[in-house]
Amino acid sequence: MMTTEISRSALTLRPDFATIAAWIRPGSSVLDLGCGDGTLLHYLKGKLDTRGYGVEIDADNILACMKNGINVIQNDLEAGLSGFEDASFDYVILSQTLQAMKNTEYIIREILRVGKEGIVSFPNFGYWKNRMQVVRGHMPVSPSLPYQWYDTPNVHLCTLHDFEQLCQQHQINILERRVMNNDGKVTFFPNLFGILAFYRFSHAQRS
Amino acid sequence: MQESDSIGIVSARRAHFDTPLSLKSGAVLDGYELVYETYGELNADRSNAILVCHALSGNHHVAGVYADNPKNTGWWNNMIGPGKPIDTRKFFVIGINNLGGCHGSTGPISINDKTGKRYGPDFPLITTSDWARTYVRFADQFGIDQFAAVIGGSLGGMSAMQLTLDAPERVRHAIVVAASARLTAQNIAFNDVARQAILTDPDFHGGDYYSHGTHPRRGLRLARMLGHITYLSDDSMASKFGRELRNGSLAFNYDVEFQIESYLHHQGDKFADLFDANTYLLMTKALDYFDPSQEYDGNLSAAFARAQADFLVLSFSSDWRFSPERSREIVRALLDNKLNVSYAEIPSSYGHDSFLMQDDYYHQLVRAYMNNIAI
Repeated sequence: MMTTEISRSALTLRPDFATIAAWIRPGSSVLDLGCGDGTLLHYLKGKLDTRGYGVEIDADNILACMKNGINVIQNDLEAGLSGFEDASFDYVILSQTLQAMKNTEYIIREILRVGKEGIVSFPNFGYWKNRMQVVRGHMPVSPSLPYQWYDTPNVHLCTLHDFEQLCQQHQINILERRVMNNDGKVTFFPNLFGILAFYRFSHAQRS
Repeated sequence: MQESDSIGIVSARRAHFDTPLSLKSGAVLDGYELVYETYGELNADRSNAILVCHALSGNHHVAGVYADNPKNTGWWNNMIGPGKPIDTRKFFVIGINNLGGCHGSTGPISINDKTGKRYGPDFPLITTSDWARTYVRFADQFGIDQFAAVIGGSLGGMSAMQLTLDAPERVRHAIVVAASARLTAQNIAFNDVARQAILTDPDFHGGDYYSHGTHPRRGLRLARMLGHITYLSDDSMASKFGRELRNGSLAFNYDVEFQIESYLHHQGDKFADLFDANTYLLMTKALDYFDPSQEYDGNLSAAFARAQADFLVLSFSSDWRFSPERSREIVRALLDNKLNVSYAEIPSSYGHDSFLMQDDYYHQLVRAYMNNIAI
């Protein structure tokens, strides 16, 4: 069966999914922005009995979601989440897509309008190997930033500090942060040694 | 690869209903008949039935061909058959000619038992809610408690939605293609011009043209020509016809000169020979009246609160008669009710007619959705 194949591959292919899953209450409602083929939602549905929808713009991904039996809504995230009611989801997830958004502030506002909480993950530009490449005079290219400067979809890369500053400016409460490298969780100088950053946050007035 | 083939030879059947049907308009039909076709086998649990609702000018002949007329292929033959997106090896597919139609079901051209004459203008106006009730009665006759899915494009999509609202427990899935939750003023306006073309045709005779031995052919032809323009896109017309002239040069008269004129006249003529004007009027009114939000002060989300089905909503990028924005309104109402729904806008240059076309992505989406329907 396709079902079991997906749930098995979810953890091996995308270790970040386990981090996100750990923050989600069983039975809650989830909106996954840029949901790809729906693997995360499928995993959450199977493991935590969540319900919800994925949002995608790519035709192949929409078809993949359909094949995986995942609710998917075609929508351009740059245009916001106008089809979704205020506070209609427990969590709105934006997994490794923030850095590729043009309207970064707008989508974060939209996440907190539609979701009671937001969860984002992004590659940490402040990772020391990225910094070393910049010091050597090059734009960083690495497994977490696999693109050349001329073909990257990433237009708004940031460090942990940068993101936290944005949250402060927009009255966003960071509820939880997790920083990962290839060996697991990073607590020692995370802005230097972390490759991937995860944040769970809510609007300051709501929390 | 799965083999994909036509369903082959099919034949139409007739179902009789003797219980009076009280219509939304207040009129009552004492009895009526529906002509229908089925493809595939109804399983032992009667859980694999798919109802296909037709659009304005469609009918019950959805797939396959007739033994005595192998050229008359069903209108959705590319979608339905063994190995096709709606796979008749898995599903029992039903096509019904709607009440009020002109292809065999009771409608304006039928003989009214009370008078011994054709109904003509006396045939009551029919709404999508009336159709929904006929679908339920039809299912009852087959012992089908719940359709695995109800599927339709355009007016058929609206009929499908209506069934999910009027008989929520009778539908597990609804596939709503190139539809709208209510017509816009512009859309009603197009229908009105079509109706006026028919109603003002001297051959119309107040709808009783049958007894005058005529048919408002000119009006019906114009109605279809207008409709046809709105079913295509500017781009598809431009690429198919452009400004091409039939005879290569301008003739400086009012005969057919441009290829598009020739095409439209042909479409209009063909339609006027095959379709009944009273049915055309009735169908356009069913379109105009469809508005589930009406009873809820225009609140579509409130209207969909009673729906239980899972939905697949599809629109086409170049469809301006039933634009993607109209489909998004449906999706919003479904999301507000936390119903299972998927939505895709399919890139296509063929306008509203795209829903009838063979398109890989479109068909893959429907196939994927249908594959996941449990029976």
